Amino acid sequence: METLIFALFAALALGSSIVVVTHKSPIYATLSLVLTLFAVAALFVLLGAPFVGALQILVYAGAIVVLFLFVIMLLNVQKEETAHGSRGPQLWTAIVGAVVFLGMMGLVFWRSGSPAVPPLTAESVSLKALARELFSTYLLPFEIVGLLLLVAVIGATVAARRPDALDRIGEGGEPEYLSGDEPRTDPLKSLPDPHRPSVAEPAYKEATS
Amino acid sequence: MNPEVVSAILKYGVMFAVFINVAPIMNWVERRVCAFIQDRPGPNRVGPLGLFQPLADAAKFMFKEDVTPSAADKPLYLMAPALALFPAFTTFVVIPFGPDLITAAGRRIPLMVANVDTGVLLFLALSSLSVYSLVMAGYASNNKFSLLGSIRASAQLISYELALTLAVLAVIIPVGSFNLADVVAYQQTHLWSFIPQIIGFLVFLIASFAETNRLPFDLPEAESELVAGFHTEYGSMRFALFFQAEYTNMAALSALGVTLYFGGWTLPGIDFPNNWLGAALGLATLVGKIIFCMMVFVWIRWTFPRFRYDQLMRLGWKVLLPLAIFNLILVAAMTLAGWL
Repeated sequence: METLIFALFAALALGSSIVVVTHKSPIYATLSLVLTLFAVAALFVLLGAPFVGALQILVYAGAIVVLFLFVIMLLNVQKEETAHGSRGPQLWTAIVGAVVFLGMMGLVFWRSGSPAVPPLTAESVSLKALARELFSTYLLPFEIVGLLLLVAVIGATVAARRPDALDRIGEGGEPEYLSGDEPRTDPLKSLPDPHRPSVAEPAYKEATS
Repeated sequence: MNPEVVSAILKYGVMFAVFINVAPIMNWVERRVCAFIQDRPGPNRVGPLGLFQPLADAAKFMFKEDVTPSAADKPLYLMAPALALFPAFTTFVVIPFGPDLITAAGRRIPLMVANVDTGVLLFLALSSLSVYSLVMAGYASNNKFSLLGSIRASAQLISYELALTLAVLAVIIPVGSFNLADVVAYQQTHLWSFIPQIIGFLVFLIASFAETNRLPFDLPEAESELVAGFHTEYGSMRFALFFQAEYTNMAALSALGVTLYFGGWTLPGIDFPNNWLGAALGLATLVGKIIFCMMVFVWIRWTFPRFRYDQLMRLGWKVLLPLAIFNLILVAAMTLAGWL
């Protein structure tokens, strides 16, 4: 029974992830990503980590992919045309990717002969144990990941904002003053011209003449 | 078959029977109550007090012509209303509806469809998937109003989800477990959580209006703004599915709020017996509290005007989120001090 459920969700995850990378429309690709994440969360639950599975759906499928969709719909990203990419680089990418993948699989199976680790108990994978480990043994990586997220947020905010005066300093020409004041006038130019009246003609004079 | 699977199916059947009736009953209740608030009779032709109005509506939905826009994205267009029902009918599996049932064979059956350690998280995770049906409906309709409605809906839903989750988390801190049966047991020995956590309760209340797209946060489906928002292009049975999904979502979120803040299926001071009578009483109490919450939803809908979109986002991020964080810190401090 468990094998059947695993096979079902694994097939779903594989199928939908293939759709993610091959489909022409970005909306369909993103929705297939949701399905992939859902299937992976089910696999997490099968592995005895319901907390991670629920968090996967809550955070990843429920918020991050929604943001993807939001941006895609807002920017109205169109369907891709059929890819005209050249075959050479694609072939090399496929070969390198396959070599890396096979290397990783080999590493996994080669390492499995290492000294036996005591089998996991229900206590050691419970939520309490996870929390305890996260805040004691793995505290430094936890904090570093938080810092990394903060850096990402700041980077995204900086990358996405409109260029203001500070960004245009190197552009040359008249500097735009930050406070928006009028640029200082040349003192020589502000002397009244003797050949012209010093007071501007009222506009209505021109209209009635 | 595995007795656990059988009992889970039976329990789901009970909850399903309760939640499937929400939409037709709410249809009648909403229209009569809004009529009462607006000082007019409301539906009163179809049966006494208009009680058969939902039947008439169901017949209308079944026989109306089913129009599909020609330029609509067919697979997504057809999938969206069905997908809307998925979070609505899966979230309530973690709500306990009665005391543990001790059968004649001595087996103790907790009256919860999914008695998992991550109860509340599962609820929040599944309800956060409800945004996808709105997004698909709006995008697939090939209609600018629908697209705008669904863009607004997706932004609104993820914004208020944060405040909702933090408010829920604050309730969990003194209890120490995500399992809602433990939350209910905690509230039997202490005060109902809405008293010490009144700020969190207010945040939860406001966020749940936003999560279910109900006024005053119903800009995604606002009539005066966006024709009908994301469900503009949906008629007859497809609209009925959206309608059903919205009401069932409201009921499920009310069930969560009642379980977290108002003691769930328990009454203060009364111990229900651990048999079928106790189970029925527990279910009746839970349903009674859900009915009260639904009435509040309807009451507020017909009392307040709609929030403008930027006011809505401002409220979600600049008011509710800081309040929820403040509530979380306060509750954590109170728990450490031993008051909760």
